[in-house]
Amino acid sequence: MQKRQVQGRGNQTRSRSILKTATQGLAMATALLAPLAAVAGDITVKGSDTMVILGQRWAEEYMRAHPSTTIQVTGGGSGTGISALINGTTDVCQASRPMSAAEKEKLRDRYATVGVEIPVARDGLSVYVNASNPLTEITMDQLKLIFTGKVTNWKELGGPDAKIVVYSRENSSGTYVFFKEHVLKNADYTVRAQSMPGTAAVVNAVAKEKFGIGYGGAAYAKGIKLLKVKQDAGGPAIPPDEAHVKDGSYPLSRPLFFYLRNKPTGDVGAFVDWVLSPVGQAIVTKVGYYPLK
Amino acid sequence: MTTISPRPPTRQADQARLVGLAAPLGSSLPLAGQRRVEASDRKNHGRMDRPRLAGRRSSLNALVELAIRVLAFTSIAAIVLIFVFIGKEAWPLLHDSVIGREVTLTKMWFAQLWPGYEGPEHVWQPVSEVPKYAAWPLVIGTLKVTLIAMLVAVPLGVGSALFVSQYAGRRLREIIKPTVELLAGVPSVVLGFFALMVMASWMQQVLGLDSRLNALVAGVALSFAIIPVVFTVSEEAFGAVPRSYVEASTALGAARWQTIVRVVIPAAGPGVAAGIALGLGRAVGETMIVLMASGNAAILSASPADSVRTVSATIAAELAEVVFGGAHYTVLFFLGVLLFGFTLATNLLGEFAIGRMRRRLGGTA
Repeated sequence: MQKRQVQGRGNQTRSRSILKTATQGLAMATALLAPLAAVAGDITVKGSDTMVILGQRWAEEYMRAHPSTTIQVTGGGSGTGISALINGTTDVCQASRPMSAAEKEKLRDRYATVGVEIPVARDGLSVYVNASNPLTEITMDQLKLIFTGKVTNWKELGGPDAKIVVYSRENSSGTYVFFKEHVLKNADYTVRAQSMPGTAAVVNAVAKEKFGIGYGGAAYAKGIKLLKVKQDAGGPAIPPDEAHVKDGSYPLSRPLFFYLRNKPTGDVGAFVDWVLSPVGQAIVTKVGYYPLK
Repeated sequence: MTTISPRPPTRQADQARLVGLAAPLGSSLPLAGQRRVEASDRKNHGRMDRPRLAGRRSSLNALVELAIRVLAFTSIAAIVLIFVFIGKEAWPLLHDSVIGREVTLTKMWFAQLWPGYEGPEHVWQPVSEVPKYAAWPLVIGTLKVTLIAMLVAVPLGVGSALFVSQYAGRRLREIIKPTVELLAGVPSVVLGFFALMVMASWMQQVLGLDSRLNALVAGVALSFAIIPVVFTVSEEAFGAVPRSYVEASTALGAARWQTIVRVVIPAAGPGVAAGIALGLGRAVGETMIVLMASGNAAILSASPADSVRTVSATIAAELAEVVFGGAHYTVLFFLGVLLFGFTLATNLLGEFAIGRMRRRLGGTA
């Protein structure tokens, strides 16, 4: 009986000492590694889903050239990025639309600054249709009629007799807001417009849907057809390519922005300068957008 | 010294058996260090009396019991706190005047005549010059997808459970049961992705639907997530039906299928209902599958071939963007309260029904 008790206590002591050693080891490891985390430059970039592939490519190239800096890039939509900037959870916000006055006011309320807006690239917002669609051009007015639900059949545009399947973006997207303001002239999207979580999802959906139509950044266009856009029925049909986006003749060209709370300094400043340099702008072209100059 | 004598099964005796007393029926040897338990120990509800040991062992016991008690109450506290938090964020919808200018409960639940529309309509378009927050398209969308998912999952789940418990041989049971339960391990985002890439195109080809992403695709994909839940609980229910019921029925001359339809299924009824209730709760709250496969268009219609927007997908897609404390934020939290309340109610119902089933059948569980 006594022997059993002694053994029992021994097991307890052994397990207790293992626990103690483990805890001490963990504490030491944390203490040793913590300074490392603080020293390395850490930049958070959040926001536009249109710009996320661009941001990721920039981050990869920059981290390769400057190994002491880590950059985290996430999407979620321009609205998400601007909210994150206002809430303080990101250093840099990527946005495919300008900040609204209400958002600038909220930023001023919290951080006593209206923020810093830095254009970093240009985009030609493209209209996607399925590769098998016979249409090659479209007017701004027809786009508005389709996306507000007034025109529901392709035959009204001279196409086959089939219902138009409209693909849009979620309302956290800057692209959604930009399209609403510039094409729909602030009218509502049709309730039948299906909301996809990102530009790649819109491209994927239109590529698979014979009678689909969608919109998104020019860089994602694979497997689908980009329509030429006419300002009005009599005008020329402009394709979303580099020349027309740069000189502004493409009706849906737009600047892509970085937003920061304060003028960029330190690690963030070095990154922004690099993005605006010829090296960074060359990457813009490689990804499929258009450089500032 | 009284002994436990065979007597007609009472509730206490059943529960004592469930607890698994080591002393066999009729023995009179007490277990080492513990008081003998009688079936007539009403105040103990059949539990073993706590041993009163002196010294260090007793305080260690008390400490361990305290720790486990804290853990148990932590889970309860977590649920209560979650409910309080989301309720707090949704509360301004009911009384705040600034938010009231933009949205009220009336505006959410009754069709409104908006500028630019021909007649009163339910429209969900919160990011707009005039924000519109109609809740019915979202609720009907959720119910549509859930209904389709249940219509597919319940026959498949209950049917497989019935087959595995009543018809299948041991070998087959050992193959089928783990495989169906493996389905439960598939992450919902993978199911959603599969639905988006493969199922949607296939369904459009086979059924000739206008819209590739619709309630039907989302519902069928959702059913894959629910089948394991319904299967597991139903299988437990069927397994808990005492052999004596089946043997009695066979002895009275019933065929196999007659026994199953008239004896086994009614006996396992509450358990199967519990499984369905749990599956329902899961279906309503499921987010990733519907976010990817349903098209997210807030259409109010009865057709399963139309795209739908569910409450869970709306919250997931929009909450990241909203400004804290604004009308959009409050409405999303209100929808969250609705969702939470509904799933809590269905899960409680399911748990209650499982408890009833176990008590009724005496539990081989």
